Amino acid sequence: MWTWFHKLASPPHFYRTATVLEPWLFWPALILLGIGLYGGLIVAPADYMQGDGYRIIYVHVPSSYLSMFSYVTMAVASAIGLIWRMKLAFCVAVACAPIGAAFTFLSLVTGAIWGQPMWGTWWVWDPRLTSQLILFFLYLGYMFLRQALAETRQADRASGVLAVVGVVNIPIIHFSVEWWNSLHQPASLSKLEAPSIAADMLWPLLVMILAYQLLMLALLMTGIRAQVLEREKNARWVGELIGREGRGA
Amino acid sequence: MTPRRQRMLAVAIVFVGVSIAATLVLRALDMNTMYFFGPEEIVKGEAPVDKAFRLGGLVVDGSFHREPGSLEAIFMVTDNVEIVTVSYTGVLPDLFTEGQGMVATGMLRADGVFVADEVLAKHDENYMSPEVAKMLEEKGHPANAMDTLVEDPT
Repeated sequence: MWTWFHKLASPPHFYRTATVLEPWLFWPALILLGIGLYGGLIVAPADYMQGDGYRIIYVHVPSSYLSMFSYVTMAVASAIGLIWRMKLAFCVAVACAPIGAAFTFLSLVTGAIWGQPMWGTWWVWDPRLTSQLILFFLYLGYMFLRQALAETRQADRASGVLAVVGVVNIPIIHFSVEWWNSLHQPASLSKLEAPSIAADMLWPLLVMILAYQLLMLALLMTGIRAQVLEREKNARWVGELIGREGRGA
Repeated sequence: MTPRRQRMLAVAIVFVGVSIAATLVLRALDMNTMYFFGPEEIVKGEAPVDKAFRLGGLVVDGSFHREPGSLEAIFMVTDNVEIVTVSYTGVLPDLFTEGQGMVATGMLRADGVFVADEVLAKHDENYMSPEVAKMLEEKGHPANAMDTLVEDPT
């Protein structure tokens, strides 16, 4: 029963799987990005209060969601790596970090650009904004910690523990707008009742979220492939791969 | 216990431990992480005296006016329980309107007026086209009922 799992966890096998998957994630992501942007910036109506300014939601919300999704993926992969001593799991975790950091940065910047005209300020030390900034620092800390440790096995363990510890920040980010009085508005999408966004504004947002999700997975495949090659550079299969590709080029 | 189970337990202990620690810290910080106080808390005297703090609430319909010959804006803020008068001199954000949410930073004057030196608009999580908002208004469901700023009237 576990053979497929063990097979998937073998670096050469996963490298090939990721190579096949990558274009199937990347191109649909680009197409959906086009549809979502067209729907969000041109088809969807202006908002009754915020006018056209609300349209930054189509970039802000998907980035914020992916910033947390990437972190949870990184933490779960790190936990699997720490417990089962699985090399591939650490490859996944390492590949998640720069992607997640980029989405977090995008989320913070688009939020600030939104906040300036709507709230009247670029930044406030609001619980939601502060916890999202901490997420950004966690990603940076993870990457710098790895840089500081020269030995891969040591870096894997130390940064893995940091990733697991930092996951406590994720529910804080999500619930911050409910637990405390906050300047940031509460969630519009993940409410149990119907979303509080009109349907003609909602569908482009959902398309954008799906596009970002596929894009994140495509980038993750690229990152994992790079990690696998880096770690297995002395393995025979990598040599064969390079030799073969070299002849083909 | 196999080494793998030991590692599993270690990861679980770290996770649970950090969660408990974070919960305790956040509970202890509760008052400090309150981003703003509502009018009810101010009237009850729970808000700090002689210290700047933030006031959040809805701008009462029809309460906004400017002092003649100055930039001073006077308006009332409510949480549907109590009302506090706010005085502010300066430029207000675009989204600041009567019936909408706002968060102001400032101090309470002896006469109970909140003197703000910064006013931010708080918008809600509802997004709709102006036509839909108008339709809701006509049906008696104002689109800007901000449940995070006002107490449930029931």
